[in-house]
Amino acid sequence: MHTTLPFPNEADPTVNDPQHKCIAVCMGTGCTSSQSAQLHQTLREELDEHNLNGEIEVRRTGCFGFCEQGPIVVVSPGETFYTEVKPRSAETIVEQHVLGNQPVERLLYHDPTSDATVEKWHEIGFYGKQQRILLDNSGIIDPENIGHYLAREGYQALHQVLSEMTPEQVIEEVTESGLRGRGGAGFPTGVKWGFARKTQKWPKYVICNADEGDPGAFMDRSVLEGDPHAVIEGMIIAGFAIGAQAGYIYCRAEYPLAIKRLRVALEQTRELGLLGDNILGSDFSFDITIKEGAGAFVCGEETALMASIQGERGQPWPRPPYPAVSGLWKQPSNVNNVKSYAFVPRIIHKGAEWFSSVGTEGSPGTAVFALTGNVNRTGLIEVPMGITLREIIYDVGGGIPGGKKFKAVQTGGPLGGCLPEEYLDIPVDFDSLQEAGSVMGSGGMVIADEATCMVEFAKFFTKFVCDESCGKCPPCRIGSTRMLEALERITEGEGTPEDLDEIYWLADGMQQGSLCALGQLAPAPVISTLRHFEDEYRAHIEEERCPAGKCQALITFEIVADLCPGCMVCARNCASNAISGEKGEPHVIDPELCERCGLCEAVCNFDAVIVK
Amino acid sequence: MGEIDNGTVDLSSMDEVFEQYSEEQGALIPILQKAQNTYGWLPGDVLELIAERLGVSPGQVYGVATFYAQFYLEEQGRHILKLCDGTACHVRGTPILVTAMEDGMNIRPGETSEDGELTMEIVYCLGSCALAPVAVLDEQVMGRMRPQMIVRRVEKHIASAKKATEA
Repeated sequence: MHTTLPFPNEADPTVNDPQHKCIAVCMGTGCTSSQSAQLHQTLREELDEHNLNGEIEVRRTGCFGFCEQGPIVVVSPGETFYTEVKPRSAETIVEQHVLGNQPVERLLYHDPTSDATVEKWHEIGFYGKQQRILLDNSGIIDPENIGHYLAREGYQALHQVLSEMTPEQVIEEVTESGLRGRGGAGFPTGVKWGFARKTQKWPKYVICNADEGDPGAFMDRSVLEGDPHAVIEGMIIAGFAIGAQAGYIYCRAEYPLAIKRLRVALEQTRELGLLGDNILGSDFSFDITIKEGAGAFVCGEETALMASIQGERGQPWPRPPYPAVSGLWKQPSNVNNVKSYAFVPRIIHKGAEWFSSVGTEGSPGTAVFALTGNVNRTGLIEVPMGITLREIIYDVGGGIPGGKKFKAVQTGGPLGGCLPEEYLDIPVDFDSLQEAGSVMGSGGMVIADEATCMVEFAKFFTKFVCDESCGKCPPCRIGSTRMLEALERITEGEGTPEDLDEIYWLADGMQQGSLCALGQLAPAPVISTLRHFEDEYRAHIEEERCPAGKCQALITFEIVADLCPGCMVCARNCASNAISGEKGEPHVIDPELCERCGLCEAVCNFDAVIVK
Repeated sequence: MGEIDNGTVDLSSMDEVFEQYSEEQGALIPILQKAQNTYGWLPGDVLELIAERLGVSPGQVYGVATFYAQFYLEEQGRHILKLCDGTACHVRGTPILVTAMEDGMNIRPGETSEDGELTMEIVYCLGSCALAPVAVLDEQVMGRMRPQMIVRRVEKHIASAKKATEA
């Protein structure tokens, strides 16, 4: 069903025209970290020099997802995909590609897995198994131009909702679609909205949880940066559905670009009457305020988040009552993740049936992951639910770099789990991952290769939880500290078999006794690694050996004389003066002086330093 | 928790901030954020002033200021180096970057160098995981950092800033 918005001229249809002359430059956080803003400027200057600026658009877009290869530039017509483009390459792109019609060979993506050079965006293996229905605007539109979003059928869903639907019908449609909360827990979104609608108390609040704190995760950031209007539209629809007039976006302060784009987008929506009093001439009024977080992981928990909006320490409250009954300022509140809201306009506009036709029966739609760690192609990906882990790691991610072997895939961040090789063929959906002892989480997916010590990995997550525990309830505060101590003993070669019993006992207490998900799920990385990599724990305890060669107390470094050309780099970098040798002669490490920091191994250009 | 440092600061800069948030419910955190933007950290006098103006106890303000990692209760170095130790950076080598900084510049995580030039912080995830390991020096993001490079980059950055102020 197509409806017309009262400002048809605001839409900028060039965004849908494949023949439109455009140089798209990625302005996500990853690419801007590698000077894409400067690149954008230089491209404009180059075009100016040839008097082409009016003819060819240089567009700032959101994330293309292939962050590893950034900055990304796509030249249209033709969707020629350039990678790692430095500002100094702007001249070549303009002169050779734009003026000379010849693609710039050296900037094209070279696929290390197939050894082929790929020219077109959608022919790159990274995108092959992806299905972009949430990220369909990212990399296409200028997120600071509402005209682009409107041309991509943006705010059609809101118009449809306000002109033809009752709040109950909206909730029905979202429930029907089977959308499950993308923050990690997977609770059905429509059902949650229904609870908030039922509570007879006003005012009510719509809250967007954009406090993406999982280390190794940047999905929500990319959605906010690349398609902010989708999140805003989803929130307005949620406000209409539950009967709220005010919304909050609680965003990490570490995401300044996302916050800036949201502010721009909110201003544009207010100007067009899509936000504020009597939206699109209806009797529904709604507005949104941005709240910046102040650096506390626990604020990703919904009750802690609301405490933080109220200006308090971000400490969780016991539930029930649930936020739908008593949330922000003790009023009914609906808290959803960024991606959940961004899915809503698409579901309303294209229908529940369309959404549930993608993915699996129990987990409809797609999953967005930040694929990172020891994998060839890192970045932001969107895949249909039900795809296997193997397809994600090997087909999308291109496998493990450096000829190393795969060891584990970690999902769900510090509250998630690790799965080994034998689980790579299970389907990725909320229920299958949980059955296997891991979780879907919000979308962080970190790949660990054989050089990763799983005990050290578990210790890393436990340290994180120790630092981030809010301290309110003892099972989490004390349990995580005691668990970290046990893991430290094991990695230092002082562990005993009783330490493993203690870890299980602590985990049980934390799971059952903690107030919020942070404490309840904090043992998951430890328990899942114990379950799948117990041998590695036992090697540390019984043989005082770290099989991956990572735990400092259990390893020694040696220089292989045949490989060492005597370049002296290691000796210069060694803080404990443990390395000796003449220039041009093989060097030697004195094990008595060596503090096993591993710096020599990291700086050696000849792989001559080995771990014993 | 260390002693509260009172510092010596001009409190009148806060008037504008209180003005801006006079109507807002739950404004303590944004007020602290603005105060820190103004002073670079949160001196004790400022915390007390905020408590007084918001009509809450100094304990409550102190409780919130110490809860969130973003707030500094001590004066920071002229330059700030953030080393990301999020999962992706961790498996790609942040620990070795920390060692390189400890060895090369004699500074430990959470410390400020004696000359007040540099503060080094460990942070969890800046969201630039594809560029791991990532370090942020003042506003400049440095991706795919190697231990050989980090000390050099930091020293160069400090030296050129010094030169600029002298000039």
